[in-house]
Amino acid sequence: MNIVVCVKQIPDPETPASQFAVDEAAKRVIPAQGIAPVVNPYDPQATEAALRLKDAAGEGKITVISLGEDSARDAIKHALAMGADEGVLLSDPDFENIDNFQTAVALSRAIEKIGDVDLVLMGRASADWDMGVAPLGVAEQLEIPCVTIAKAMELDGDTLMVERVLDDGFQTVEVDLPAVVSISNEFGEPRYPQLRQIMLAAKKTVQVWSADDLELEDDEAGEDNRWLELEALYIPQVESNVEIIEGDSPEEQARNLALKLREAKLI
Amino acid sequence: MPGTLIIAEAADGAVAPHSFELLAAGRALADEGGGAVSALVAGDESLAQSLFAHGADAVYLAPAGSLDPGYAETGAGAALAACEAADADVVLMGQTSVGRDLGPLMAFKLNTAVAMECVGLTIDGGRLRATRSCYGGNANAEVTWRGDVQIATVKPKAWDALAPDAGRSGTVTAIDATGEQRVRVVSTEAAEATGIRLEDAEVVVSGGRGLGDPSAFGMMEELSGLLGGATGASRAACDLGWYPPSQQVGLTGKTVTPNLYIAVAISGASQHMAGMSGSKNIVAVNRDPDCNMVQVSRFAVVEDYKKVVPALIDAIKALD
Repeated sequence: MNIVVCVKQIPDPETPASQFAVDEAAKRVIPAQGIAPVVNPYDPQATEAALRLKDAAGEGKITVISLGEDSARDAIKHALAMGADEGVLLSDPDFENIDNFQTAVALSRAIEKIGDVDLVLMGRASADWDMGVAPLGVAEQLEIPCVTIAKAMELDGDTLMVERVLDDGFQTVEVDLPAVVSISNEFGEPRYPQLRQIMLAAKKTVQVWSADDLELEDDEAGEDNRWLELEALYIPQVESNVEIIEGDSPEEQARNLALKLREAKLI
Repeated sequence: MPGTLIIAEAADGAVAPHSFELLAAGRALADEGGGAVSALVAGDESLAQSLFAHGADAVYLAPAGSLDPGYAETGAGAALAACEAADADVVLMGQTSVGRDLGPLMAFKLNTAVAMECVGLTIDGGRLRATRSCYGGNANAEVTWRGDVQIATVKPKAWDALAPDAGRSGTVTAIDATGEQRVRVVSTEAAEATGIRLEDAEVVVSGGRGLGDPSAFGMMEELSGLLGGATGASRAACDLGWYPPSQQVGLTGKTVTPNLYIAVAISGASQHMAGMSGSKNIVAVNRDPDCNMVQVSRFAVVEDYKKVVPALIDAIKALD
C-alpha cells in the first residue's frame, strides 16, 4: 500500500498577535523574529493516520511531500521522525506565493510522478490561509474521490471506511481507493517522534523536485499565474472597546467585575 | 448581464436560515453590479416561495438530497448546470459541511478559484472582490478571481437576512443533472448533547499557560461551575498536560461561541482566537494590559489571576 502524506510549513499560529506583522506592499507576512515556522498543526494527524493504516496492514510505504521553501524540510523531517519512509520537497522559485489551485496541481503531478499511490492524506486545512481547498483540488486533478474532515478510518480490502465530522454531527462514508482524505484534529493525538526515530529520520532520503521535474507548464506555477489573485493583505484595525475594571485591590477589582457582569446580564 | 447564483441548503422541508443570509449578500451584489439573483435548492417546489420572499429572482430545483452533506459530487453536477442555466458569474454558498466541499469541487471543475469563509463582498469594475480572514484572524486578505466564474463560501452571520416580502415571486426551473457520486454515504448522525458540551455552553471559562500551574484548573472549574458553564483550555495548556485535549479551545480544538467567555492568563495568539473569537462577550484576566486578549475584551482585569479569580468567585456568590 502506497500512501502519500502532504505536509506544510507555516508561521507558528502561537505567535503573539503583537509580533504578527505584514508587509502590505509585498502582500506577505513578515516572519516574527525568533519564532521558527512550524508544521501545520493538522498535518501530524495526517501522518499519524497514515502510520496507523500502515501498522494495521503490516506493510506499505509512506511518502511525505511538502511544497515550500527550504525550511519545509523540517516539516518533512518531522513526519519522517514519526515513522514515514521517504520525503519529497517541491521547491522552485515559481512555487513562492502560489495559490491553492496551483499548489494542488503541483502536488498532484508529484503524486503521479511517485506512481501507484493508493491513498493521499492531508490535514483538513492549513492554519495560515485556512481554506481547506487543496485536498479537493488534488483529488480533482488526479480524477479520484475526496473525503474531507476525517476523524477515523479503517481499510477493508480496497475500500476505506471513513468517519467524518459535520457541522452538527458525524457521517460514515466509504470510498474505493485510490482516494484523497483530509484529516481533522478529532483524529486524535499524533505520536511524538522519539530520539531514536529522529536519528533514523536523518538517514531517510528527501528528494527535491522543481517545477521542471514535475513537467509543469510555464503558466501553471508562478505568482503571476494565480487563479485567486491576492489584491491586499493587512492587519485589520480592531477598535478596542475594552473597559479595564479598576479597584484599589484585586478583591475590589473582582467585586467590580462581578457587578459589571450582573449589570450587563451576563451572569 | 451575468447574475449571482446562491446555493441554498434545506433540511426538514425548510430552507436553512444561513441561505437567507446568502440571498441578502447576493441582492447587495446585484444592486451594485446588476444581474439577477438565482437560488439552487434541493427538494420540492414548496421551498421556492421562502427563497423568493428573501430575495431570489429565480429558483432552480435539484433532486431532493443532492445538496446534503457528503453528496458534494452529486451536488456539483446540479450546481454546474444551475450556474450555466442562470448565466451566473458569481456563485455564493455557505461555509458549511456542504459548501466546504462543493465550493472547491465546483472551482476545480470550472477552472477557476474559490475564496473560503468570506466576510465581505463587493463589486469592483464589474468583478467580485472578497474579503476573508486569514492567519487565525491576524490578517485580512482581499482577493479577486482570474477565471470567469467567481466562487465564494460565506461565513455564517456575516450578513443579515432581508425581511421576507411575501409579495415577491419568480420562475422555478427543475435541474435534473447530478454528478457521479463515488463517495458512498453509509450513515449520518446528529451530534449527541450530553451534559454541557463545551460547544453548547453559554459560559466558558478557559485557562492558559499563563496559569503556571495545572492545579489552577480547579479554580477555573469552580468558576465555570458557579456560572453553569464549561471549562476550556488553550493548546499550550493542553500540550503541557494540564487539561484534557478534548477541552482545548482553538484552531486545532473546539470552536465555541458562548455568550460569556472568560479567558484567564491567555494572551490571545491566533491559535486560540480562532476557536473563540465568535464569543459574544469576552472577559480577560491577565497581567499584561497590552496583550491581544485584553484588547479584544469587553471587560478586563489587569491583575494576577491568583488574586482575582478566587475573589471573583466569592463576589459572584455574594451577589445571590
